[in-house]
Amino acid sequence: MSEWWTYRLEDFLLFSPRIYWRLVEAQNAALWPLQLATTAAGLALILLILRRPGVARLWTGLVLGLLWAFVAWSFLLQRYEPINWAMAYAVPAFFAQALMLLGAAALPGGPAFGRRDAIGATGLALALAGLALYPVLPLVASRRLASAEVFGLAPDPTAVVTLGLLLAARGRWLAVLLPIPLLWCLFSGLTLRAMDEGQAWLLFAAAALVLLLAVLRLIPRGSRGDTPRAGA
Amino acid sequence: MATAALGAAVAALPPARSFAQAAPLSRMIPSSGEPIPAVGLGTWITFNVGDDPELQAECTAVMAAFFAGGGRMVDSSPMYGSSQSVVGRGLAELGDAGAVFSADKVWTSSGANGPAQIEQTRRLWGVEQLDLLQVHNLLGWEAHLDTLFAMKAAGRLRYVGITTSEGRRHDLLEEIMRRHPLDFVQLTYNPLDRDAERRLLPLAAERGIGVIVNRPFRQGALTRRLDREPLPEWAGEVGAASWAQLILTFILSHPAVTVAIPATTRVDHVRENVAAAGGPLPDGVFRERIAAHIGAQ
Repeated sequence: MSEWWTYRLEDFLLFSPRIYWRLVEAQNAALWPLQLATTAAGLALILLILRRPGVARLWTGLVLGLLWAFVAWSFLLQRYEPINWAMAYAVPAFFAQALMLLGAAALPGGPAFGRRDAIGATGLALALAGLALYPVLPLVASRRLASAEVFGLAPDPTAVVTLGLLLAARGRWLAVLLPIPLLWCLFSGLTLRAMDEGQAWLLFAAAALVLLLAVLRLIPRGSRGDTPRAGA
Repeated sequence: MATAALGAAVAALPPARSFAQAAPLSRMIPSSGEPIPAVGLGTWITFNVGDDPELQAECTAVMAAFFAGGGRMVDSSPMYGSSQSVVGRGLAELGDAGAVFSADKVWTSSGANGPAQIEQTRRLWGVEQLDLLQVHNLLGWEAHLDTLFAMKAAGRLRYVGITTSEGRRHDLLEEIMRRHPLDFVQLTYNPLDRDAERRLLPLAAERGIGVIVNRPFRQGALTRRLDREPLPEWAGEVGAASWAQLILTFILSHPAVTVAIPATTRVDHVRENVAAAGGPLPDGVFRERIAAHIGAQ
């Protein structure tokens, strides 16, 4: 791109905020009351990680994998792609994330949820915030409640909750499972900034927090003086 | 049947307020002498409404009001998401594809992919032949110009053009204007963005190249800002009843400008736009007054 420095973020926005939020409204209307089921599934995953971490890997990978594939098909491909050609690249990335999550659930050496620490607790708090906060954002942003974004149906809360849950896990799979949700937070955050939507900063903050904590995860515990508490 | 459909669509629209429905200002296309209404209709963002039936109907209503006001040129691009298909749907519903002057673009870095994209564009519009095809933002311009000039020579295209926006790459655009027999160039021009006045507009006049002006209202930001201020009384001297009309009058009073293509989602705004420049066109002194006043707001 020549003279790239002359472009502003708004120059890349292909649609109006009104159109975008109507997409979310249409998604909610078409799938109601699935919102209740996906939110309940998210809460169940948090409880599972806290109470029965031994089986959490299977169910977390399975549920998240299916929901990433569902969001890719039902929202990105069916609704978002007609107004945003960039979704031609996002849809395969979401399906790839779904496959990797399913692989992490099924293959040996997948993420382990057995050890609790401050990073994991922060991750679960982030996941809870993604589940509970997103549906009420329209009240803060003076939008119709029908445009509420819900985990498992809309991409942003799905990415945030996924990142939070993954922070509670350990293992080399994290390096594979984190990049796509992080990149989505960056892409969607920039899109929301171009739309002049304040909630863009939630995605930036979530991504920055996860990135920081994930790096800390990768540093051997001994070298940062972390004393693990007893896990389940 | 086409007339009946258009009439029904227009009848469903809210009534016009103060904007007269006189014949709109018309300009000659320099390379052919064909008359063309000087206010067209852009589709950037405004027509990218996807599969939303309510918003598609709004776009069709805008098109109906545009044609009813005497407008003809509708401009779109493969880059504009669903805009091309929304235009095509509107034309099909109005049954009036014959009245439209179809202006679209080729937007791909690969010259080899150009013909397929152009055919897809034609299908989405639902027209037998596109009137004008432009190389979008000079992307892959050498290969695409070869394709477009070959289409024109074969009678499959009436006009060839090239576009830029927001003052970018004017040096290259100038070079292309000097070297190639273009029918149109498309660029940004308004009372605040006047870089084109220095070389491009005089060169277009000299070379007999039509000029299409995009972003006349800076994507609505300029009119949103000005709408907080009262319109000066002297705007009435050039027949302008709104800031949008005053801006369009400024743009269209430049003798090198052929068509301005404001985009809108509102029927009242499209009526206002097509009725612009209905009064006497301002002279040079008056144009400077408009630019200075708007620049000071």
